[in-house]
Amino acid sequence: MSKELIRLVNCSMAFDDELVLDNINLYINDSEFLTLLGPSGCGKTTTLRIIGGFTTPTAGEVLFDGVRINDVPPHLRQVNTVFQRYALFPHLNVFENVAFGLRIPKAEEGGDAEGKKKKKVKIPEREIKERVMEMLEVVSLKGFEHRHITELSGGQQQRVAIARALVNRPKVLLLDEPLGALDLRLRKDMQNELKRIQQQMGITFIYVTHDQEEALAMSDTIVVMDQGKIQQIGRPEDIYNEPKNAFVADFIGESNILDGIMHEDYVVEFFNRKFKCLDKGFAPMAPVDVVIRPEDIDIVPEAEGQLKGTVTSVTFKGVHYDTIVDFKGFKWLIQTTDFHPVGETIGIILNPDDIHIMHKSQYSGMFGDYSSYSEEYDEMDDVTLLDEEDEDEEDERHEE
Amino acid sequence: MKNKRAFFVIPYVGWMTLFVVAPIIIVAVYAFTTAGGEFTLDNFSRMGTYASVFLRSFELAIIATLICLLIGYPLAYVMAKEGPRFQRIAMVLIMLPMWMNFLLRTYAWMSLLENNGLINQAFSALGIVDLSNAINGGLNSFCAWLNSGLLEWVNGLLGSDFVLNTARPTDQTFIRMLFTQGAVVLGMVYNYLPFMVLPIYSVLVKMDNSLVEAARDLGANTSCVFRRVIFPLSLPGVLSGVTMVFVPAVSTFAISKMLGGGTQLMLGDLIEMLFMGSAYNPNLGAAISIVMMLIVVICMWVMNRFGEGEEQAVIL
Ligand SMILES: Nc1ncnc2c1ncn2[C@@H]1O[C@H](COP(=O)(O)OP(=O)(O)OP(=O)(O)O)[C@@H](O)[C@H]1O
Ligand SMILES: [Mg+2]
Repeated sequence: MSKELIRLVNCSMAFDDELVLDNINLYINDSEFLTLLGPSGCGKTTTLRIIGGFTTPTAGEVLFDGVRINDVPPHLRQVNTVFQRYALFPHLNVFENVAFGLRIPKAEEGGDAEGKKKKKVKIPEREIKERVMEMLEVVSLKGFEHRHITELSGGQQQRVAIARALVNRPKVLLLDEPLGALDLRLRKDMQNELKRIQQQMGITFIYVTHDQEEALAMSDTIVVMDQGKIQQIGRPEDIYNEPKNAFVADFIGESNILDGIMHEDYVVEFFNRKFKCLDKGFAPMAPVDVVIRPEDIDIVPEAEGQLKGTVTSVTFKGVHYDTIVDFKGFKWLIQTTDFHPVGETIGIILNPDDIHIMHKSQYSGMFGDYSSYSEEYDEMDDVTLLDEEDEDEEDERHEE
Repeated sequence: MKNKRAFFVIPYVGWMTLFVVAPIIIVAVYAFTTAGGEFTLDNFSRMGTYASVFLRSFELAIIATLICLLIGYPLAYVMAKEGPRFQRIAMVLIMLPMWMNFLLRTYAWMSLLENNGLINQAFSALGIVDLSNAINGGLNSFCAWLNSGLLEWVNGLLGSDFVLNTARPTDQTFIRMLFTQGAVVLGMVYNYLPFMVLPIYSVLVKMDNSLVEAARDLGANTSCVFRRVIFPLSLPGVLSGVTMVFVPAVSTFAISKMLGGGTQLMLGDLIEMLFMGSAYNPNLGAAISIVMMLIVVICMWVMNRFGEGEEQAVIL
């Protein structure tokens, strides 16, 4: 299970002197579901392309089963890809698209180990048909096999792309935001389906997404990236509960991040008040970032609270209310199922395991303050106004 | 709104009716009438005399089209793959001859191919003429040997009379190039090559590279990617290139006249002669035009059908 399959060693990638990947070190185990998670442009696709063989890193090594494969072309790698922009063949119908890889004669496995000439094996037509139809069933596209690619919706095309890669039963499957074009319902179904296939067939998945919920739900391991650097690698629970820096804390879930000072092991000070926490090993009086998840905060009557604040905005989110509370000018996001009207003064209690301490990093001070929260809403209102004006203009044009 | 847009089409439709549809109808009428204006099918039944001209026209046009395709496709492919600088230079080189007058270009070829033209001068200077003489001599004696040996035996066995040519010239002072079929084909290839390269190039250069990557990802090596993805996707360009070369090549007349020297009479020459030349007979000329047009249309139709069926036929 946990045999190492792929390893990136000190991989860097630059386009025209612009560093896109900065010294990536990463290993991927056999049969693992690993997710690359990060904001747009952070280098996720580039990392996949390096593993797939479409780009050669400007520095560093790519190892497959311990063998350097930097110079192995894509068609000789035991890797298939679901491309971000599908890249389906427009001259073939759905069936032929999915069958494409199966129709290519493959060198028999292990043939070269004995120094014999590799024999190319063709898959019989009957088996091709069986496997393609089976795969189309998996992605719920049965009955579409004679459709042309141009006659499919975006989501259907995306599923053809998944089927086309998966049908080859590769050792490693690279998926570049494979569910991006699907609606929520279908997305959830496909998530389950992909996870099931991955476990059943024992394929190693390297999955790219910028949807953190998807990453948390599906992965064995999550790699959080930003600006071409790996920010944190870990199990979903660890990433969520023990974010390494403000970026990770903010990117995965919502977080209130404040400046604090670590007095001694298990004692941190912020808002001029000492709190008990579970972290240790920091230098005495070290400045730190303190993360408090909005759903961990308990609201209590004003008098009983460790801190007191005033509610400045409430937004209903279905299961809970997003409540913005002003603590001495610093605004926190608190998620609670109880309704507290704007203007109410409330108290909060923080338990030691609600407080998470991080070292200061380049991201300190950039995230985790909800002061701009309501302003964002205001801006959105402005945008809608502008849109309406635009529409008016268009109406006038139509009347002409 | 719709009517407004339709308005802009009227000039084009008018032009087409006046100068394309009407002439075709007139030609058809001519084809079915005598000089006196009575209905007849004579023009078509007399056409058998010119079967050899039909054959030669289509044969040479097909050869020229194939050569254009064989040269033009790789050229377009390389151009599409190279960087923008190479593309610009190659494009200028391909278009350059077209900026020159057609007659001038062909005259230039005449003087190049002449018996004592530049090319022949170079050939004799390099000893290629002597080499050709020597090869011809060798071939002659080899054929003579075959004639007296193997072929005599075969002829005796089958009662046939196969004889190989033993009279190849061995005393040439030049190689005859002008006024041969080869010269006509050369002229056509030279003149029509850009019409093959440009449509193929424009399809190839627009091709999405991610499709090539997807094919490679699925295990296709370079030749497989070409056979299964690049070539099938470039077929529309190939088809329009073939059309744009084949159609003018079939009906060409100046090239065959100038470079073929009247030895290689083609349909275009024949039609020209019948309409305005020595053998004045516009009715017969019209009939020949109509038949040629039909054959070309049928050829194109078959080719386009082949193109449409490509998605099934792609498994080579
Ligand atoms: N061929 C290229 N030439 C130049 N720059 C490139 C090239 N490909 C990618 N980049 C740059 O590399 C950076 C990372 O790109 P990449 O496609 O890996 O991002 P990503 O993480 O996949 O983003 P997204 O989530 O939007 O798909 C971007 O800044 C992009 O502009
Ligand atoms: Mg991407």
